[in-house]
Amino acid sequence: MTTPPPALDATDRRLIKATQEGLPLTRRPYHTVGAAIGLAGEEVMARFCQMLETGVIRRIGVVANHYRLGYVANGMSVWDIADDAVASAGTEVGALDFVSHCYQRPRHLPLWPYNLFAMVHGRSRDEVGLKVAEIARQLGPRVCQYDVLYSSRILKKTGLRLVDQGAP
Amino acid sequence: MMIPTDARTHRLLDAYQRDFPLESRPFARIAADLGAAEAEVIAQFTALKDAGTISRIGAVVRPNSIGASTLAALCVPAEDVERIAALVCAHGQVNHCYEREHAINLWFVVTAADRAAVNGVLRAIEAETGLACLNLPIVEDYHIDLGFPLS
Repeated sequence: MTTPPPALDATDRRLIKATQEGLPLTRRPYHTVGAAIGLAGEEVMARFCQMLETGVIRRIGVVANHYRLGYVANGMSVWDIADDAVASAGTEVGALDFVSHCYQRPRHLPLWPYNLFAMVHGRSRDEVGLKVAEIARQLGPRVCQYDVLYSSRILKKTGLRLVDQGAP
Repeated sequence: MMIPTDARTHRLLDAYQRDFPLESRPFARIAADLGAAEAEVIAQFTALKDAGTISRIGAVVRPNSIGASTLAALCVPAEDVERIAALVCAHGQVNHCYEREHAINLWFVVTAADRAAVNGVLRAIEAETGLACLNLPIVEDYHIDLGFPLS
């Protein structure tokens, strides 16, 4: 990453770890979490607020399950973009509302020429294909080649698990 | 005025993907916005979670803010996918694993405390499977996560 991640203290980490499977659905969820890890509810809220400001947390809200909402097709679109165009291309693709992840990743030539990844969701493969074609049109000559990898099986899917780092 | 349940469900899903209230009683705030009762909103979110329609209500953390991760892939002979996938998925640090239709067909995400630990998991998987891992860590993140459009 070009921008280094902001520093988190042990309490921030503890808080993220305590809520990574979601906030409890209680009347005062921040207080419930706080009680479990020894923080006042107000401090829980203040820390979330600060992590939102620094960008460690992108959003707090409902995390929908694409599959259960009918978006049963997903295609990992992969793009071979000239190095000097990847930032502009990534910024445009990352802003599209049907793209859920957009990352630059290293190429591994000759096996893997693609340096930009965009996960595209749709109700069917045809819909995903149309959206990928839309990306291709928008990027135009910046694209040297591209492909879409459809998933045939989900073998494992768990939310982000914060690994135990020895810190309390 | 009560909003019909289906419309309200849609609004619960759509309107609170970001800016979930950071206040003592967030569900009371949402209930006030929707003209519903707090207990009703909590019950509805609980039902949505139980049904798997939502995975959770919570914070979406920027990748690599905590620990390190990578996307890795293996080129596995078709008849061997299940055996190799079982070896890969047995690692607690592997949190997503998909079979994809491509010569490079087994894709997984490794998340660990730091880069060295991630690389250690990849080396272990290479040793167990006898296959070379394609290691594709994030160089730059371009996604602006505003939630998922439901309309």
